[in-house]
Amino acid sequence: MLIPHPLLGLRDAQEFTYLGDASLMARPDPDQPDAEAAFADYVFLRDNPAGVHRELWFHEQGDRSWLVVTRNTVTHEILGAELATDVARRGA
Amino acid sequence: MGFSGFRVIKEALTGHRGWGELWRNLEPKPEYDIIIVGGGGHGLATAYYLASVFKTSRVAVLEKGWLGSGNIGRNTTIIRSNYLLPGNQPFYEFSMKLWENLEQELNFNAMVSQRTIINLFHSDGQRDAYRRRGNAMHLTGAGGRLLSQEELRGIAPFLNFDNARFPIKGGLIQERAGTARHDGVAWGYARGADRRGVDLIQNCEVTGFRIEAGKVLGVETTRGFIGAKKVGVAVAGSSSRVMAKAGMRLPIESHVLQAFVSEGLKPTIPGVITFGAGHFYVSQSDKGGLVFGGDIDGYNSYAQRGNLPVVEDVIEGGMALMPMLGRARLLRSWGGIMDMSMDGSPIIDRTHIDGLYFNGGWCYGGFKATPASGYAFAHLLATDTPHDTATAYRFDRFARGHVVDEKGVGAQPNLH
Repeated sequence: MLIPHPLLGLRDAQEFTYLGDASLMARPDPDQPDAEAAFADYVFLRDNPAGVHRELWFHEQGDRSWLVVTRNTVTHEILGAELATDVARRGA
Repeated sequence: MGFSGFRVIKEALTGHRGWGELWRNLEPKPEYDIIIVGGGGHGLATAYYLASVFKTSRVAVLEKGWLGSGNIGRNTTIIRSNYLLPGNQPFYEFSMKLWENLEQELNFNAMVSQRTIINLFHSDGQRDAYRRRGNAMHLTGAGGRLLSQEELRGIAPFLNFDNARFPIKGGLIQERAGTARHDGVAWGYARGADRRGVDLIQNCEVTGFRIEAGKVLGVETTRGFIGAKKVGVAVAGSSSRVMAKAGMRLPIESHVLQAFVSEGLKPTIPGVITFGAGHFYVSQSDKGGLVFGGDIDGYNSYAQRGNLPVVEDVIEGGMALMPMLGRARLLRSWGGIMDMSMDGSPIIDRTHIDGLYFNGGWCYGGFKATPASGYAFAHLLATDTPHDTATAYRFDRFARGHVVDEKGVGAQPNLH
């Protein structure tokens, strides 16, 4: 798989480390009364869709940036990639 | 009619006209007491033990494709009970005991072959870790002992003992471990269940659950609604997809695991051998092919195929372990979809929906668990209490902090 890095162009997926669902960027608020249950869900439960999946890849052997890659889990087709910092700034 | 040596001779003399089909091909009835979703190894074993041990009648198995069309037909066929943790080891040893009597019980040749497994160690620290694992195995009567390098040289002289980076210092052997014919296991359980009155329904995909007031009433399928008092889901590989139809999110990611087989060779590998310095395991099938595999690809996938980097990684592991592998030609490789759970251990439990039960999260160790998984799931479905060896496999263990994490890597499914 080749990942279209927004700064570096097409890079081999081997240069990256995979973390998981991009929803992991949205940590629950630890000050909320339901924080314990929210963190249990956050840490352990996943949507795990068959199809389009937004996921976090770390460019470990590259510029060490985190990317949000949109990929189809059924075909392995990569539909896009953006810097996780951009996604976080946008609040999505 | 049963299988026996006498019958083989009789059929041979009469043109093999009397064999018949192994199970009936049935239309679904409007209602059952228990429906098992998934006609793979675990689902068929569950149905078999429900009928044989727990004397449950009116049981059906619904399979979207053909029986045994999932991971039971795609794995590397290893059976073993060499786990460490108290939540796991008694369960896998229970499974091993069921394997040892499986063919007699099913009257079916599942080619269970206790040809041993050897886990190699490469350092003093790893020797200590395997000694501890061996002791944990002895607590459940699973056997196992440490092999010195000298002993190991006698058993497997082809190993690369003097590898500069990962010299082989010895191994932990479990003599009772080995391999079984994966398809044969599914067929044997299917035939056994069918002969005890279980309805096996193929080409019947579950498209939804009918749930009212927190209770399951049955399943919607491609062949219409089928009512049931209880529904047990055993669809590892598709667990998240199926349970999402009941509104559940699972502590599971789906990952692809690749496996490989070489051209047929003369007998060379005595049992199952695993590399302790990388992830690589190998055995030799009765046809002579070297059957081997390694790590999962490491990203969410529902494609039953992987990518080249992991092919290279697995082969490199194999070459480091036994350089003679380089002389064999690779016949084929394939992939299967694993339910990678958040602690590397399975789930056999009720759900919060009354009458809906779940069996999954087998990571890439589901094959060896097939008999115990079926037995424990049948126990849960029939009695509403977990089997003694499967009490750790609960949904709530994650939130409660009672994870069963053999490798101790935490909630990162691609590391288990």
